[in-house]
Amino acid sequence: MAAVDDLQFEEFGDAATSAANPGTTTIHIEGPSESPTHQPGLPRGSGGEEDDELLGNDDSDKTELLAGQKKSSPFWTFEYYQTFFDVDTYQVFDRIKGSLLPIPGKNFVRLYIRSNPDLYGPFWICATLVFAIAISGNLSNFLIHLGEKTYHYVPEFRKVSIAATIIYAYAWLVPLALWGFLMWRNSKVMNIVSYSFLEIVCVYGYSLFIYIPTAVLWIIPQKAVRWILVMIALGISGSVLAMTFWPAVREDNRRIALATIGMIVLLHTLLSVGCLAYFFDAPEMDHLPTTTVAPNQTVGTAK
Amino acid sequence: MRSHIREFDSSTLNESVQNTIMRDLKAVGKKFMHVLYPRKSNTLLRDWDLWGPLILCVTLALMLQRSSIDSEKDGGPQFAEVFVIVWFGAVTITLNSKLLGGNISFFQSLCVLGYCILPLTVAMLVCRLVLLAEPGPINFMVRLFVVIVMFAWSIVASTAFLADSQPPNRKALAIYPVFLFYFVISWMILTFTPQ
Repeated sequence: MAAVDDLQFEEFGDAATSAANPGTTTIHIEGPSESPTHQPGLPRGSGGEEDDELLGNDDSDKTELLAGQKKSSPFWTFEYYQTFFDVDTYQVFDRIKGSLLPIPGKNFVRLYIRSNPDLYGPFWICATLVFAIAISGNLSNFLIHLGEKTYHYVPEFRKVSIAATIIYAYAWLVPLALWGFLMWRNSKVMNIVSYSFLEIVCVYGYSLFIYIPTAVLWIIPQKAVRWILVMIALGISGSVLAMTFWPAVREDNRRIALATIGMIVLLHTLLSVGCLAYFFDAPEMDHLPTTTVAPNQTVGTAK
Repeated sequence: MRSHIREFDSSTLNESVQNTIMRDLKAVGKKFMHVLYPRKSNTLLRDWDLWGPLILCVTLALMLQRSSIDSEKDGGPQFAEVFVIVWFGAVTITLNSKLLGGNISFFQSLCVLGYCILPLTVAMLVCRLVLLAEPGPINFMVRLFVVIVMFAWSIVASTAFLADSQPPNRKALAIYPVFLFYFVISWMILTFTPQ
């Protein structure tokens, strides 16, 4: 193959010659030789049966390159942020389903996120959760205090901003702290699995999804029901988080690994119990002996 | 277009104030009609303006405002809170749909979202009138029914205008925040209790 031929487009010439030989189905761009050669290293694909194979390699090369270069726009352009919203509807549903059904041994990040972390899920799940907690808390308080003559309904709109602060702080600051901690441990102990900041935010955001139906069900003014719901929600989302982060700390010192996982679950518990305590009045509050409300009503609504 | 023809005749600077105001009011009124009878049309998108959303938002916020006597207690949203929720909610939804790859301009989306608050503003008016009557469960059921109907109307109207500009496999992702937005506004309207 002459180097000069490499530089010139000889497609038409080669097409003419290969059309003359019906046995060959390849059109070489590089050189005049007509025999199909397997050259998987060549970036230029040749036509024919090995087309698929080479293009397959091509595609995988390209996707690997693209995956590495995905966020190459500078951070002040709009396109940079568009890469964080590059999800389709079915992908979001799959990730939500994955957060609801933790399968032991399956890593949420590896299975669902696969180096395409999105910010759509965390942001809108947190927004929905904020309003779900505020509205459910308001409704639940209304239903609990319904019979009391001294009760005047207030929409308690301030609680929306408080809920927003709590939820968004949890969903962004805790991943930041966890990411910093994991980076620090990574510099000391070589871990096989390491997550980027956005992947951690993603896991935390999707793991909060279970609290949306939980918050709606917390309207039921029964203490036992509420605590059972807390246990279930905590079990599911806590296990998603624990199973995601266990591979990242596994190689570390045993105590530090367990302490990390324990801290993750503890913060999650604090969030759920704190929200339950602050936004939802306790159902037994209305039968305190010091109230002037008729005791018959309160006993009736107690259990 | 009409405005171009006018510019050929005489610049709009020389016309009477009444002409200017009537022209803008007619444009706003025409868009109100499009929202009340939503069909897939491009009028809202093509000649967008923000007068309508501003009028609607101010009306809604004024009606939702409670007297300042009980501002110490945990009450309903104040004027500024309603304003912030409506405008920041609309901006967030617009950013969301643009980030998902929608090909709608920023102000067009704000325009559509703002105009589609019209059914909910009507619901607020009706609720305030109903609340002048005797309070009770029937009162509440009437208000609930009106708010639910107007909420559905808002969603249908905004979906009719916005859905086409989204990429086809992300439509649900772009429409869900609109649903949440109007749900929150409906909640504020439904839980409005006067003194």
